[in-house]
Parts: sequence; C-alpha cells; structure tokens
Amino acid sequence: MIIEQLSVFIENKSGRLYEVMQILGDANINVSALSIADTSDYGIVRLIVSNPKEALKLLKKQDFSVQATPVICCKVPNTPGGLKRMLAYLTNDSISIEYMYAFSVGDDASIVLRTEDCNKAIECLSKHKMELMKASDIYQI
Amino acid sequence: MIWQQEECLTRDEMQALQSKRLINTVSRVYHNVPFYKNKMDDMGLEIGDIKSIEDITKLPFTTKQDLRDNYPYKLFAVPMKEVARVHASSGTTGKPTVVGYTKNDLDMWADCIARFYAAMGATNEDVVQNALGYGFFTGGLGFHYGAEKFGATIVPISTGNTKKQIQVMQEFGTTILVCTPSYAIYLGESMKALGIDPRSIGIKAAPLGGEPWTYEMRGQIEDLWGMRAHDSYGLSEIIGPGVAFECQAQNHLHINEDHFVPEIIGRDTLKSLPYGSEGELVFTCITKEAMPLLRYRTRDISSLVDAPCSCGRTTIRMTKCAGRTDDMLIIRGVNVFPSQIESVLLNLGETAPHYVLIVDRVNNLDTLEVWVEGKEDITFVDGMRYMKEIEKKITDEIRSVLGIQVKVKLVENKTIERSEGKAKRVIDRRNK
Repeated sequence: MIIEQLSVFIENKSGRLYEVMQILGDANINVSALSIADTSDYGIVRLIVSNPKEALKLLKKQDFSVQATPVICCKVPNTPGGLKRMLAYLTNDSISIEYMYAFSVGDDASIVLRTEDCNKAIECLSKHKMELMKASDIYQI
Repeated sequence: MIWQQEECLTRDEMQALQSKRLINTVSRVYHNVPFYKNKMDDMGLEIGDIKSIEDITKLPFTTKQDLRDNYPYKLFAVPMKEVARVHASSGTTGKPTVVGYTKNDLDMWADCIARFYAAMGATNEDVVQNALGYGFFTGGLGFHYGAEKFGATIVPISTGNTKKQIQVMQEFGTTILVCTPSYAIYLGESMKALGIDPRSIGIKAAPLGGEPWTYEMRGQIEDLWGMRAHDSYGLSEIIGPGVAFECQAQNHLHINEDHFVPEIIGRDTLKSLPYGSEGELVFTCITKEAMPLLRYRTRDISSLVDAPCSCGRTTIRMTKCAGRTDDMLIIRGVNVFPSQIESVLLNLGETAPHYVLIVDRVNNLDTLEVWVEGKEDITFVDGMRYMKEIEKKITDEIRSVLGIQVKVKLVENKTIERSEGKAKRVIDRRNK
C-alpha cells in the first residue's frame, strides 16, 4: 500500500519540466499522477510513475535533485462528501496530512496522500474499510 | 569658509608639519605597539631612519588582515584607560575589526568633519539631519560630533523609517542631509511618490559617502533635491568619515593630510607613485594617539592631484575612487566580502559550497541575492516548508553575521559555473 512517489526539484526555468518528462518518456516510464508545488523561483514536481527505481536512477544521472517519498493512494467514491469521510477518519486519529493531490474519473476519485506516518495512515484507513491502492496496481516493473 | 588654517598651508609648511608629526608617531608606535616594533626590527629599520616625511616609504605597510590578527586591541598605542571610544566594522567569520580613539582623537575627528561642513558652505544656523547609522558604524557618530563642533544643529535620526525622515525633514527645517548616495535617491523618490517635491524642503547640501557612486548619480541627486551633493571619503581604520571631502568647487576631494598622509602605490609593485598616477590609496596617521596606523592599504583605487583649488585650500586632493583591488562589495553602505557569505554557507552545512552572489539595484537600493546549490541528498527535502526553512536559516545567519538582508535562492545541481581558476562568485548588475 506504500507507493514510492518521486519528488524532483526544478527551477522555474523554461524547459526544465519538459526535460524531466523527456527522460521518463525515453525510458518508457509512464506517469500515473503528477502535481507541482511552486514558489516564484522553483517547484517540486511530484510524480507517481510505473518504475520509480529506474526513474530515480535516470533522473539522478542527469543531475536532478530527486528523492523517493513514501505516499499512499486512497480511493473514494466520486460523489459529494466522498473526500470528507476520509479526512474525518484521519483527523480522528490525529494523523496530519503534509500534502495531497487528487483526480476523479468515472465512479472513483484517487487521492494521493503524504502523511507523517504512512503506516499509521494505512492502519487507520484500512480499519474503516477505505480502498487503498496497491503499489502493484501502479508499477509495471 | 575655511575651518582650520592647516587647510591652507604652503607645501613647504605642510611638509615640515608632516615630518615633525611622522617622526613623533613612528617613535610612539615603535615603543608602544609590539606589532610595529617587530616589523621594524625585522626590516632593520630604526626610529632614527625616519628624518622627514620623504622617509615615509621606508615604513612597513599595514593591512586589514593585520587588524584582524591583532583583534581586538593589540594595535593600540595607549593603555585602555586612555581609550575613550571604540568602533567596529563587520569582519569575516563574525569577528569585527576594532579601532580605538582617545579624547584628543575624537576632538581631532570632530574638527576634520567640521572642515567638511565649512567646505560645503554650512553655517551654525544650519540644521543637519543625520541619516547615517548610529552605533558601531563610524558614519553616524562621526558626522554627529562634527556638527556639534562646527556649531550647527544636529538631528540624530539615524537610518531607516523613511516616512519619519520625510516628516522630520519638513517639520524640523532640515538644511543639510547626511546619508549614503543611494539613500538620497531612495528618499527623494519616496517623497515624489507621496506627492512631495524634495526641492521644496530647501536642503542646500549633502555630504554623501559610504559606497561608490558615479558623477551621473550625483547629477541625478542634485537635480532631485536642488542641492549640492558633496563626495565624502573615509574608512574606520583611519578615522571614519572625514579623511577627505569635496568643497564647493566639487573638483576632487581634499585630504586632511596634516593628519592622514596619503600615498598612491602601484598595485603590483607596491612602490609609491608620483602625483597623477593611479594606484592603491595608502594612508599614514600622524596625529592619532590610540591607534595610529602606518601606511595602511585601503584597497581603494585613486590618484592624487596637487594643483591649487579655487576654494583656497592647498591640501592634496584625491580623485573619486575608481574601484577596489580586492573583491569587497558595498551593499547599501555595508562592506561585504564574498568570503564572508561563503563562511556562513559552509558553517551551516545545509547546502553545497557552490554559490554565486547577484548584486543589483532595485528601486535605487542595492540588493544582494545568494544563489546556492543544494547539497546532494541533504538540502533537498520533499516539502516546501523545509526548503523555505533552509533559505530562512541562511538569510537569518547572514543578517546576524553581516548585518544585511539578502535573498537566498536554492538552485539546481550543477547550474552554478565551475571554473578552473578563481570561481566567479559575484555578478554585479548595477550600473558602474
């Protein structure tokens, strides 16, 4: 249930993001989820990819500052209040969320969550029968 | 108006005076400052070898490093009980360089500044608004006591709080403004933005210094305020402000050479050069009691002019500084060595040692940005909060050590130019 997300530090310069995508694309690595946290000078690109180990290696080789961060991906129904329930469970167990990003398609919404304690979050959400994606659903190694 | 007769001696009279004072000073430092005694002994130089001002070239040089090595008081020529005041300027790794003054030194200093007020056409009816920093910095207190000696009214407002500066200026009847050149522009422009015409205040003159400024900038300032902007030169190691000043002819700076004997030395040869040649400015203090320095190398580039001046003063003049022989920067009047920034970065250890300083001027004020690469696997953490914390840590530490506010920007690996020789640490985008 723990998914290795890659975080890449890139400067707010034209072409940097493109270069990251090119490296992954050339290696046939697929990106399942992406978000960018930004300031005026730089951004952190967070990626869920099909082969995180390989992607990490390739990006590091090109001198990118990149890290693997454990996150979880929770599925909630794509209806009003779907996210609310998940947040209530986490709050009740005092699990703080560092960041998250989400996208909904069809019946489901997928939420990528970074909490301070992955295992605690998994335990909490599993207890409440929330659907957590497995790494194998995403990776294609 | 001339403040003191020493400003108008004949060359012969000046040289006789300088000779007498130099001999006296060399004897005093030889007997009271082990640093100089050792230096002279090593060179085989005896007090008796100094018979006139011409022999000044026989004396050893003094550098900033010597002040650092003798921190804090080892260059003093008097016991501490006779030291009435100390001043300090920021040094590398947080250690400042310290200078000391006896009561007589302070009095002499005040006279040097009084000469400046007289030279800019001030009278005891004038109201002087002193927007230089009061504290360790010699600028504030230097112009303060000079004004009191001169007899003008001093308004000790110190730096900052632009709104208050403007209010005081309008309500207290300021006629002379003391500050840095860039602040003079900043203040004037701020007033214009508020719908106040700086010319309406009626400021007649401003001694400006503490940082390099061009004649173009002078023209800009004079236009903006409708006043004369006088170049001011000084350094705390010699006395503070008051080493040299521009009279109303505004044609190079008169050096108070009856106290501070100037020389120009070749940048590589270190040999004393004739008048008119450009090189490094060196000063010897011949009247200071607490900490007289011999042949202090300022690292400023200038030349000496000995033609007569229309104001009637016969003192040697120096040309406006044309730059530095080292890599020191002046940011909003504060001296900054790139090595100081490097020290901070290395000591904090959160980033790689690859950095570059971008100096620029925004809204008429100097800015300094420190671009630094992250350390592999250490600096970069997956969280904006942490990255921001690192930047803030560096900013805070630099402010604590150097006294200036900088912007820190984390940049990607390998983006800062590596070079085989001396790394290009500074990109100065300000107009020269």
